Amino acid sequence: MATKADLEQLQGVKEEYKYGFHDEFQPIFKAEKGLSHELIDQISDMKGEPDWMRQFRHEALDIFWSKPMPTWGADLSEIDFDNIYYYVRPTEKQGRSWEEVPEEIKRTFERLGIPEAERKFLAGVGAQYESEVVYHSLREEWEKRGVVFLDMDSGLREHEEIVREYFATIVPPTDNKFAALNSAVWSGGSFVYVPKGVHLDIPLQAYFRINAENMGQFERTLIIVEEGASVHYVEGCTAPIYSSQSLHSAVVEIIVKKNARCRYTTIQNWSTDVYNLVTKRAVAYEGATMEWVDGNLGSKVTMKYPAVYLMGPKAHGEVLSMAFAGRGQHQDAGAKIVHAAPYTSSKVVSKSISKDGGRASYRGLLKVGRGAHHSRANVVCDALLLDPASRSDTYPYIEIEEEHVSIGHEASVSKIGEEQLFYLMSRGIPEDEATAMIVGGFIEPLVKELPMEYAVELNRLIQLQMEGSIG
Amino acid sequence: MSVLEIRDLHAKPTTDDVEILKGVDLVIRSGEIHAMMGPNGSGKSTLAYVIAGHPHYEVTQGDILLDGESILEMEPDERARIGIFLAFQYPVAVPGVSVANFLRTAVSNLRGYTRQEKDNGDGVIGSHLMPMRAFRKLLNEKMKEFNVDPSFARRYLNEGFSGGEKKRTEVLQMAMLEPKFAILDESDSGLDIDALKIVAEGINKLATPDRGFLIITHYQRILNYVKPHYVHIFYDGRIVRTGGPELAHELEEKGYQWVEQELATAATA
Repeated sequence: MATKADLEQLQGVKEEYKYGFHDEFQPIFKAEKGLSHELIDQISDMKGEPDWMRQFRHEALDIFWSKPMPTWGADLSEIDFDNIYYYVRPTEKQGRSWEEVPEEIKRTFERLGIPEAERKFLAGVGAQYESEVVYHSLREEWEKRGVVFLDMDSGLREHEEIVREYFATIVPPTDNKFAALNSAVWSGGSFVYVPKGVHLDIPLQAYFRINAENMGQFERTLIIVEEGASVHYVEGCTAPIYSSQSLHSAVVEIIVKKNARCRYTTIQNWSTDVYNLVTKRAVAYEGATMEWVDGNLGSKVTMKYPAVYLMGPKAHGEVLSMAFAGRGQHQDAGAKIVHAAPYTSSKVVSKSISKDGGRASYRGLLKVGRGAHHSRANVVCDALLLDPASRSDTYPYIEIEEEHVSIGHEASVSKIGEEQLFYLMSRGIPEDEATAMIVGGFIEPLVKELPMEYAVELNRLIQLQMEGSIG
Repeated sequence: MSVLEIRDLHAKPTTDDVEILKGVDLVIRSGEIHAMMGPNGSGKSTLAYVIAGHPHYEVTQGDILLDGESILEMEPDERARIGIFLAFQYPVAVPGVSVANFLRTAVSNLRGYTRQEKDNGDGVIGSHLMPMRAFRKLLNEKMKEFNVDPSFARRYLNEGFSGGEKKRTEVLQMAMLEPKFAILDESDSGLDIDALKIVAEGINKLATPDRGFLIITHYQRILNYVKPHYVHIFYDGRIVRTGGPELAHELEEKGYQWVEQELATAATA
């Protein structure tokens, strides 16, 4: 049983995340708070970017200013854009030592089984993953096959032509206010290029090339998978990420060419004061497959609807998402699938869990455009409410402009079954563990798609979350 | 040697005031097999649930004691940990939770593997479970012994199981958890004769001198395969007759009407 002392300690950990942890963060450069064209120039100068990118940023800032705040989703009225640092360049070597990291935080890492090297990074000790042996041998292997896997800033420096060809073609700054913001002040993120016919068996993990820039507030990721190639990209981690800033707005663009495959897996657990507003979109051409696997645990507000545009015949898109909304959290997540070619197929599976008054919403758009005949689409959204104070909503939007299509949509809301709980407890399993087990079973369709170490950590995290609720 | 004692037990659902158990007295010792027979709606299953601590029922009078200690204040998981096992009439499906994962968690709790973690409150979550290799070995052995296909380890608990598969899995759970007292709530219901034999065979294997059984059943037929030491007739919330195996045969011949009539006669006498 989780004792009262356990609970207090866990609470303590959360407080630490909120208030500790970042005090000694010493950036060598920190722009002024708020947004301005001067800031854009500073960022561009600092990065030594080509003029077209500088120009792109300036235009994006004007677009950001011109767009009203979205009012259709979660409550964003508390975001104060003037009170945010938009660019912080961290020092190469952070001064903090492992000994200075509070015991409670070390203990949470221990409980989750986070590997030693990662713990240091997460605690801000500043481990440089790029020096890891494992990363080097993998990188050599990738380079031999023509695969590029860099942080976005390096990608722009080293592969300017490719970046210029594709950058912002999938998510233009005009797409939405936060895509415009990201376009103006982006920093970090990944650049991935997989040449024709190359299959990568080992997932590309953002971890391998993690550095402080990667954890930026405004990451920009661009992935290009050439014809017949395949890649699995994994980012994020289950450990709570402490962030010094309360607004995170990433953009991810993916191009999956003819008969290529891409899977993009994310697990995110931002600290619970963060607004996480992300635009993720992929285009899949003829015979291509794009899969988003998306887990959202932390943050105050998340708005994220991974999209797949099926542009060529027989293209296939999947979105498998999971959201966990605890006290004071609103997870507004979902999926967007656009069938724009015949014989395309798609599948959306959304699982949400709400606890302690948390709110999880599924918001999905399924569109079958004219000409996309013989398309098949299936949407399943299941919500699990752990207590009466919690809330779940479903907003499915379906637009069908073509006949001869097959569309399925199912939605369910359930509670932790008393009979399930009693059954498990009657086998000697305490209530908190039994609840965690039922929740784990509920999200199993997503968990089994995760790389092993993520699956294990995610299950532990769910268990840790449950320990906090039942005394 | 252990004793499970039920003393003048009265119970009702938490939602209303209609008493279902109206004074049950029963003593089960290690090594004894008790059969409890009664018509539908007589409260047999309620008795099973109340012993296991189901939250829908409230004990209004009397006591349940294991080796002299009352268990009434214990949560269902605590009762399981001191050696009480209920084989469900309708085992509950838990989607997404594999039989192996479930059993490893249950066995680890029962055998105290998890206590260290709970007490210290540290270490990696799940690291204090029974070691995987030892658990696998145990599970494989028991699956073989109790006629459960090894593929069930990976299947989700009771999900899509046939009636017979569910009941066999209940017996497997009993074999893994090694309780002091097992209460079997209509483990024979809904089974064809082959499935019934397999379940009965499992019970017989587990009927060792260090374990007591309470077999709740509507029909006499499981008692063709499992030989009880005592047979009780349960009627309207209490035990109305107790005897040896011959009582089951008598009941089978004469039907529950006979009990009703006898009781009516006794009441007017």
